[in-house]
Amino acid sequence: MNTTLNRKAILIATLVSVLVIATVFYGSRKLQNFDPALIGYLFGTVFAFFGIVYRYSVWLQRPPTWMYFKRTWQFVFKGQVFAHLYFFIKEFIQNIGFQKFIYPRGRSRWIGHFLMAVGCTMAFAITFPLTFGWIHFTLNPETSLNPDSVRMYEAHFFGFKVFEFPLGSFIAFFTFHALNWCSWLVIIGVLIFMRRRLTHAGLISIQSFDGDLLPLILLLAISITGLGLTYDYQFMKGMAYDFMAVTHAVTVIMFLIWIPFGKFFHIIQRPAQIGAHIYKREGIKRGMAVCPHTGKEFATQMHIDDLKTVTKELGFDFTRADGTSHLDLSPEGKRSRLGMAHLKARQQDGGKLFG
Amino acid sequence: MPQTNYQTQQEFFVDMQRCIGCRACEMACAECETNGHESMIHVNYVDRAVTIQTTVQVCMHCDDPVCANVCPADAISKDEFGVVHTANTARCIGCSNCVMACPFGVPKKNEAYDLMMKCNMCYDRTSAGKKPMCATVCPTQALYYGTREEMARMRPNSTPVNNFLFGNEKVSTKVNIMMPKGSTQLIVD
Ligand code: SF4
Ligand code: SF4
Repeated sequence: MNTTLNRKAILIATLVSVLVIATVFYGSRKLQNFDPALIGYLFGTVFAFFGIVYRYSVWLQRPPTWMYFKRTWQFVFKGQVFAHLYFFIKEFIQNIGFQKFIYPRGRSRWIGHFLMAVGCTMAFAITFPLTFGWIHFTLNPETSLNPDSVRMYEAHFFGFKVFEFPLGSFIAFFTFHALNWCSWLVIIGVLIFMRRRLTHAGLISIQSFDGDLLPLILLLAISITGLGLTYDYQFMKGMAYDFMAVTHAVTVIMFLIWIPFGKFFHIIQRPAQIGAHIYKREGIKRGMAVCPHTGKEFATQMHIDDLKTVTKELGFDFTRADGTSHLDLSPEGKRSRLGMAHLKARQQDGGKLFG
Repeated sequence: MPQTNYQTQQEFFVDMQRCIGCRACEMACAECETNGHESMIHVNYVDRAVTIQTTVQVCMHCDDPVCANVCPADAISKDEFGVVHTANTARCIGCSNCVMACPFGVPKKNEAYDLMMKCNMCYDRTSAGKKPMCATVCPTQALYYGTREEMARMRPNSTPVNNFLFGNEKVSTKVNIMMPKGSTQLIVD
């Protein structure tokens, strides 16, 4: 990560944060529907937005990242927009929604990750609009005044009524407990991963506390205190409610603020995988590179050409005396050329085995 | 990283002329806990048309790793011991930039996982003061892990070299390649 402040990134991040605040203001109908109890969460969220956009902008400025970013949008907007859109949606469902690439690496790994991902995404989808005051609930005044009618609850989005449901119905139960369902999913997922991280020798040797364990602990703390907020009332007569509320807020805000810097940034980075797939697909259409050593196709020519540019930008120069590049070789070709060079050096030394 | 017992005086030495192509290292590599039982090492023919000589390639753990530099996802990192770690699974987007840019042809892309994997010098073992799997099984000591002094004693007519020239690019590495005595650099092309 870049340690010096990056002006461009600060500018973009500030603009986005201002935009978020503006949508909060107007989306909550000039704060009419804003819930002041959530002010801490709102600050956390705005700060997280700032951090995420900042880090993302810094990240995009790295030559290889910029190359992929630039190319992806070039392809998407040039020519077959719909074909790309279809591919993008398909990939989004498979790779972001279902994380199918994790499955071959192990079923329990996939299940654990999937549960955490679904739990977190659903929780985001619910809490962000709630904190921003974009969603709020009211009791239908007519039904509440009439003692004979079923009491209806109304859900509003951006101040517009979207749907209503009877109090005490299944939908009500499902909606009001939505965050609890998310918590359960996350808890099961976290436990699966914790078990892996505490027992798998390979993982133990390369994991770090703040990089790998703390994120799990944080998710667990958020989920448990979150559940506590409901179950406290249901089963413990509201005992220790303040404690639950405060710890929940603290863990959630920590989580939000940490997104840009820690493990959770991978959530923001992951869609780049789709970009890499589009890049490969488009590259194949344009033609493959053939390795001068093996005579076989090994990558797209565009990839190799772009890499020559990117490595130059990064200060590496693999150009040979004859104008070709070491990067023209496939990985297998490169390994063989190294072996041949070693053999040549040995032959120059009289050809004998040295020891 | 957790507490380690990494032995900084121990180094990796590769002697290509000693490789007999038995592939014991390949099997051993797949035992490494950190790479999920996939073999990361490469055994190749040098120039099959003219010689039966095979050679073996591990990650050279470059001082300024090209793989990490070209990674758009910041997935590859070098630690305080100079070990260049395999892709961080959460970050790697499987773009293969590293696979195509590594001058030694080391990283492998696993298509099913959409993930790059490479040798991390058996970090589970080396961080615990043990030798990498491949170096412990190699019958000819084409792969050797130990101190410089041990090597000088065992191979008086060789010099470990860790400078390479690929086109205009000078690459220096943590892993050594054994060369005829007095050599300072291996010029690849
Ligand atoms: S040998 Fe290749 S994979 Fe290993 S550190 Fe160097 S560039 Fe990276
Ligand atoms: S394949 Fe993964 S590790 Fe390699 S450059 Fe791409 S994102 Fe980085």
